[in-house]
Amino acid sequence: MPTIVVDVMPKAELLDPQGKAVAGALARTGRSGISAVRVGKRFELTVDGPVDDALKAQVREIAEEILSNQVIEDVVGIHYEVSNAELVESAAGEASDGFPAPAGETH
Amino acid sequence: MRIGVITFPGSLDDRDAQRAVRLAGGEPVALWHGSHDLEGVDALILPGGFSYGDYLRCGAIASLSPIMTEVVDAANRGMPVLGICNGFQMLTEAHLLEGGLIRNDHGTFICRDQVLRVDNATTDWTSGFEAGQQITIPLKNGEGGFIASDETLDRLEGEGRVVFRYVDVNPNGSLRDIAGITNERGNVVGLMPHPEHAVEPGFGPDTPAAMRSGVDGLGFFTSVIRRSLVEA
Repeated sequence: MPTIVVDVMPKAELLDPQGKAVAGALARTGRSGISAVRVGKRFELTVDGPVDDALKAQVREIAEEILSNQVIEDVVGIHYEVSNAELVESAAGEASDGFPAPAGETH
Repeated sequence: MRIGVITFPGSLDDRDAQRAVRLAGGEPVALWHGSHDLEGVDALILPGGFSYGDYLRCGAIASLSPIMTEVVDAANRGMPVLGICNGFQMLTEAHLLEGGLIRNDHGTFICRDQVLRVDNATTDWTSGFEAGQQITIPLKNGEGGFIASDETLDRLEGEGRVVFRYVDVNPNGSLRDIAGITNERGNVVGLMPHPEHAVEPGFGPDTPAAMRSGVDGLGFFTSVIRRSLVEA
């Protein structure tokens, strides 16, 4: 089943207290070299049917209107992923070069 | 005056809001988020709490509740609507008020008696105060940092739509010390502090006169009731 991944991040110009707290913990535990951390969200939407233009338009609307609040966050990516099993299956059906399909392809 | 208080899954201060309405002389009406019926109320309160466990974003899922369709319609028709804390977050998520609320800048939950300055004493919920008056009511939130673009902040200030500002201490990193705002019409007001916890002597913030004697929150509820009587 196709999975759609939506990535949301707090707006770059806003303070991200969560990321700041993580960065503070990294510094306290002696992990140097990390100057900043920002924490966002990843949503995985599983769909039953084909990923066509109508669905993509709907996903964009959901991402911008519900999964994010455009006042405080930005949608930084929408990725359409097919599971590894399906890739292997389709590769076995169409090609027979014996190599498994690449995992986690994003397109 | 019949004032509806909407209970969402995870609301905490709905009973307190009902009690505040009663103490102010109004009739509280308990409303349920899953209904489409406002039961003929004259005003609405969206109470504090942690609706849906703050999942997704504070107030985000509650703002998509069935009853919110009617709340948005009623607000746009001019019905007085007060959003307290989580209710304020819902009003921003429902686009009835501008801006948004993010995690406190210091990263921790805060609970204190907070001094506010009333900057706009003409809204449905603040007409019983004097402009510039200072009041003390409890504040308790983890995600109360009010933010908006500079352009929106300038517009809110230019139009006199900042209703409350934090005095002495900015407890959560809110931009320009903003604690509460209103819409253009002045019928929808949202704020992070809790007026419903300062309505009865013995249970409010401390004052120089006596412990727990503060009742500065009562003015919110008497304001809206008095205005409805004047207009009737």
